[in-house]
Amino acid sequence: MNFSELFKLSGLLGRFSPDGKCLASCIQHRLLVRDASSLQILHLYTCLDQIQYIEWSSDSLFILCAMYKRGVVQVWSLEQPDWHCKIDEGSAGLVASCWSPDGRHILNTTEFHLRITVWSLCTKSVSYIKYPKACQQGVAFTKDGRYMAVVERRDCKDFISIFVCNNWQLLRHFDTESQDLFGIEWAPNGCVLAAWDTCLEYKVLLYSLDGRLLSSYRAYEWPLGVKSIAWSPSSQFLAIGSFDEKVRILNHVTWKKITELDHPATISSKNTIVYKEVEKSPTVDTERLTFPPTRALASSLFSTQSKYEISQVPVSLQYTKPVADRANPKVGVGMLAFSADNCFLATKNDNIPNAVWIWDIRKLKLSVVLEQLSSIQGFQWDPCQPRLAVCTGSSRVYLWSPAGCVVVQVPGEGDFQITSISWHPSGDSMLLLSKENFCVCYLEREEVK
Amino acid sequence: MGDWKAITVPLLSSDSKNIFPYTSERKRSPTSMNSQVLRLSLPSPKNMYSFFGAFCTEENLEQSISYIDRELTTMGFPSIYAESKGKELNLVSIINCMNELLVLQHKNLRAQEEVEMQHLKLGSDMDHLQNCYAKLKVQKLQNIISSRATQYNHDMKRKEREYNKLKERLHQLVMNKKDKKLAMEVLNYVGRADGKRGAWRTDKTEARNEEEMYKVLLSDYEQRQKQLLLENAELKKILQQMKKDIVSLLPPQKQKPKERSEDGLVLSDQEEDIGELNKENMWELSCETVREQLTNSIRKQWRMLKNHVEKLDNQVSRGHSGAWNEKDVISREAHELETEKLELEIQQCKEMIKTQQQLLQQQLTCDDDTTLLLQDCYLLEERERLQEEWRLFREQKKNFEKERKSFTEAAIRLGLERKAFEEDRGAWLKHQFLSMTADCKPENVTTSAFLRSSDPDIRLVKSASRQRKPPFVLSPAVSPEPCQISQYITHNSVASEKPAADNMPNLWVESDDKEGTEECTKLWEDSGVGTLCRNLHMEQLP
Repeated sequence: MNFSELFKLSGLLGRFSPDGKCLASCIQHRLLVRDASSLQILHLYTCLDQIQYIEWSSDSLFILCAMYKRGVVQVWSLEQPDWHCKIDEGSAGLVASCWSPDGRHILNTTEFHLRITVWSLCTKSVSYIKYPKACQQGVAFTKDGRYMAVVERRDCKDFISIFVCNNWQLLRHFDTESQDLFGIEWAPNGCVLAAWDTCLEYKVLLYSLDGRLLSSYRAYEWPLGVKSIAWSPSSQFLAIGSFDEKVRILNHVTWKKITELDHPATISSKNTIVYKEVEKSPTVDTERLTFPPTRALASSLFSTQSKYEISQVPVSLQYTKPVADRANPKVGVGMLAFSADNCFLATKNDNIPNAVWIWDIRKLKLSVVLEQLSSIQGFQWDPCQPRLAVCTGSSRVYLWSPAGCVVVQVPGEGDFQITSISWHPSGDSMLLLSKENFCVCYLEREEVK
Repeated sequence: MGDWKAITVPLLSSDSKNIFPYTSERKRSPTSMNSQVLRLSLPSPKNMYSFFGAFCTEENLEQSISYIDRELTTMGFPSIYAESKGKELNLVSIINCMNELLVLQHKNLRAQEEVEMQHLKLGSDMDHLQNCYAKLKVQKLQNIISSRATQYNHDMKRKEREYNKLKERLHQLVMNKKDKKLAMEVLNYVGRADGKRGAWRTDKTEARNEEEMYKVLLSDYEQRQKQLLLENAELKKILQQMKKDIVSLLPPQKQKPKERSEDGLVLSDQEEDIGELNKENMWELSCETVREQLTNSIRKQWRMLKNHVEKLDNQVSRGHSGAWNEKDVISREAHELETEKLELEIQQCKEMIKTQQQLLQQQLTCDDDTTLLLQDCYLLEERERLQEEWRLFREQKKNFEKERKSFTEAAIRLGLERKAFEEDRGAWLKHQFLSMTADCKPENVTTSAFLRSSDPDIRLVKSASRQRKPPFVLSPAVSPEPCQISQYITHNSVASEKPAADNMPNLWVESDDKEGTEECTKLWEDSGVGTLCRNLHMEQLP
C-alpha cells in the first residue's frame, strides 16, 4: 500500500474520472485536474465563485462545476482547455445540477424546485420539467442511461414521469399511491423502479419500466419507516433499511420479503467474527529522542496506532440510546451497500455508530462485525472485488475482505481526519478525503491478505 | 342444681382472642387477671388448649367466673349466676350462653370465608380490568395518533397548496425576467456523444420510444424466464434423484402398503406414468399435472420413509427399554446364539489360518537343503508312483503278450488242425468216393478207415468232438469261417488241416453255440487277437 502526499481540498470535492485516468479536485474556486496515477497536475481551471459541486461527464471529457450561490454552472473540457461554457440560471437560482447520462446535457434544478432545466451542449434547445419534487432522490437515471425517472408533485399528489434520455420525450406519467415520496431508484437492470415513502409511512412501491405497479411492500404501520434502500448489483434483491434497526430484503421474483436482518447490540452467534479495533501504544525509541523534538517524532508520539483483534463471542457493542424528542433520530439502519459481486451487504445501524455489519447474502447470515474506536463516517465497496473500505474520521483507513481485515495508518503529519472514501473505477486505488485535504492510497494487486 | 363452685369452665379461644384485647384496655379486671390477660393477648390457635388452664385456675375461679359473667352481660347474654348476687351458677344459662357463642363463631367463620372469596374475586377483576384498561389506553393513543396524523396531513396539504401558489407566482416572475437575458454562453456547441444528429420529436419517435421500452422489458423478462426454467429443470432433476434415493432406502415391504390400499395401486400406476412423463417433458414443459404428480409422489415416499424410520426408532427404543415383547426377545436370543456360533466359527477359522500360516512359514523359512530334500521327497514319491504304474503297465503288457502268444499258438494249432482236418476230409471223401465205387469193403475197414483214414467228415466229427472239450477258444476258430474253410477245402488239394467238425457237417457251422461262437467272436474281436488269427490263417494257407 502506497500513500500519496496530502493535497489541499475544499468541500470534499474530489472525484476520479469515470475512465479512471484523471482525478479532479477543488480548492475554493479553482479546479485541478490531475493524472490519477502520478497525481501530476494536468489542467487548472478557475471558476467565478466557490465551487459547491463538481461532476465528471460520463465520457470523462467534461467537468461541470456548480456554484449555487451565484446560480452559475461552468463546464470545462479536457480535450480543449480553451473551451468554456457558462450557464447562468439568474434569478431562478440553483439548488442542484447534474449531467445527463450521455454527457451532453446538464440538468439544473432551480431554487424552490420550481423546475428542472435541461440545457443541451449540442444544440440550442432547452427543455423544462415542471413540478419536480423537492425530495432527497427525486431524479434517477437507469444504468444504461436510456431512461430518466423524475418525481413530481401536483396538487398534493405524487407522480412519476419517465423520460427517454435520447430526445427527452415523455414516455410514461403515472401517479403513485404514496403519501409523500421520499426517493426513487432504478434497479441495475433498468426495468424496475423502486419508490419509497417518507419515514412517517413505511411503504415501498415497485414499478415496471412501463409504469405498471408491480408490487407494494409495507412492513408495519405506525413507527418510523424506511431510512435507506439499496439494490443488489444483479437486481435480484432490494434491501430496505428502516428505523426499527432492521433490514428487510425483498426478492425480485415475488417482491416479497425473504429475510429480516436484525442489528441487536449483543452478538451471540458463534459463526460471526467480530473484529475489534484496539489501540496499541506507540513504541518509542528512547535513544532517538532529541530536544527540541522533530515534527515527525512529535506526531508519531501523539498519533495512536491501532490494530484489529478478534473478540470472543458473545460481544456486546456500544449502544447509544436515541433522543426521543428530536426529529430524524439517530436510530435505524442508515447506510446500506451491496458488494460488487453480489455476495455481501454492509450495513450500519445508527444506534450502534461504531460498528459495520457485514452480511453474507448467499447464506443470509451475519458474517462479520467490525467494531471501531470512533463512529463510522462512511464505507464503500471496491467496484471490482468484495473489499470494503471504512473510514471513521481518524487518520486510518480500514479494509475488510473475506480473507481478513487490516488497519492502515496514513503516513503523514497526523492531522488528517478521513471523512469520505472514493474508490478508483479499477479498484487499484482509493481517494481519501478529509475536510481540508485529500490523499490517494494505491493498493497493490495482491494486496489483500 | 348442685354446687357449681368446683366446675372449671373451658374457654373458647376465639372469644378469648376477642375479649382479651378489649379487657386489657379496660383495666377493670383484677391485677392478677390483668397480668394473665396481658400474657394471653397474643394467643395462637395452637396454644389455645394450653391456655385453658391459664385463664382460670383453682385460685381465681371466683374472679374468672365473675369476669365471664360481666363480659357476657355486656354482650347481651343473660347472667350466668343463678341469682343476681349469689355465687351459684345457673347451668342452663351457661349452656345457653355457650351455645349462643358457638353459633356466633360459626357465623363469623362463614362471614370470614365469604369476605375472603370476595377479596379474591375482586383481585382477579382488578387484574382483568387493568389489562383492559391498558389495551384501551393503547387503542386510545392510537386513535389519537391517527387523528393527529390526519389533521397534520390536512394542514400540510393546505400549506403545500399555499406554497405551490407562491411557487407559481415566483415562477411566472422569473420566467418573465428570463426572456430578456441569454442564459447560456458557450464557445461552440459540442457534437453529440454518439456522433449522430439530434432528431425531431415526432409521433414516430414516440412510437419508437414505446417500442424500445417494450423491447427492453421483454428482453429482461425473457432472461429471467430462462433463468427460472434452468432452475426449475435443476430442481426437478434433484427431486427425481431424491425420489429414487428414497425408494431405494425404503425396505421392500413398501410393496405391501401399496397393494393394500387401492389408492396405492393407482398411485403405483401413476408413478410409472409419471416416470415416463417426466423423462420426456422434464426439459420442455412445466406441466401443472406433471409437477403436482411429482411432488405428490415425493411427499408420499417421504412419508413412508418417515414412518419407516419412526418404526425403527420405536423398535430401538423398545429394545433399549427392555419391553417384553416375545417376538423381540426371541429374535434377540436367536441373534445372540447366531453371533456366538459365528464367533466360534471365526475362532476356528482363525486357528486354521494360523496353523496354515505356520506350515507355510515352515516351508518358507526352511533352508535350502531341506527344501531340496523335500523337493526330492516329492520327486521320489512321484517316481515311485510312476514306477508302480510302469510295473502295472508292464505286467499288463506281459499278460497281453502271453495271451497273444497263446492265441497265436492256438491259432497255429488251429491252423494245423485245420490242415489235418482238410487232409482227413479229403481222405474221407476220397475214401467215400472209393468206397462208393468199390462197394465191398469191410465195415471195420471203413470204420477204421473211417476212424483212421483221413475221412474228413469223421475226422471232422472226431476232431470236433475232441476239440469240443478243450476251451471254446478253438472251436470258434473254425465256425466263424465256414466259407473260408470251404475255400480252403476247395483251394487246397492237400487237406493238411483237420478242421474241427460236428456230426452234422453241413449244419455244424450254423447250429449249436451260435451264440457262444458269436460271443467268442466278439471276445476275439475285442481282444484283437481274432484278427491276428485270421491273418495267421491267411498266411498259413497259401
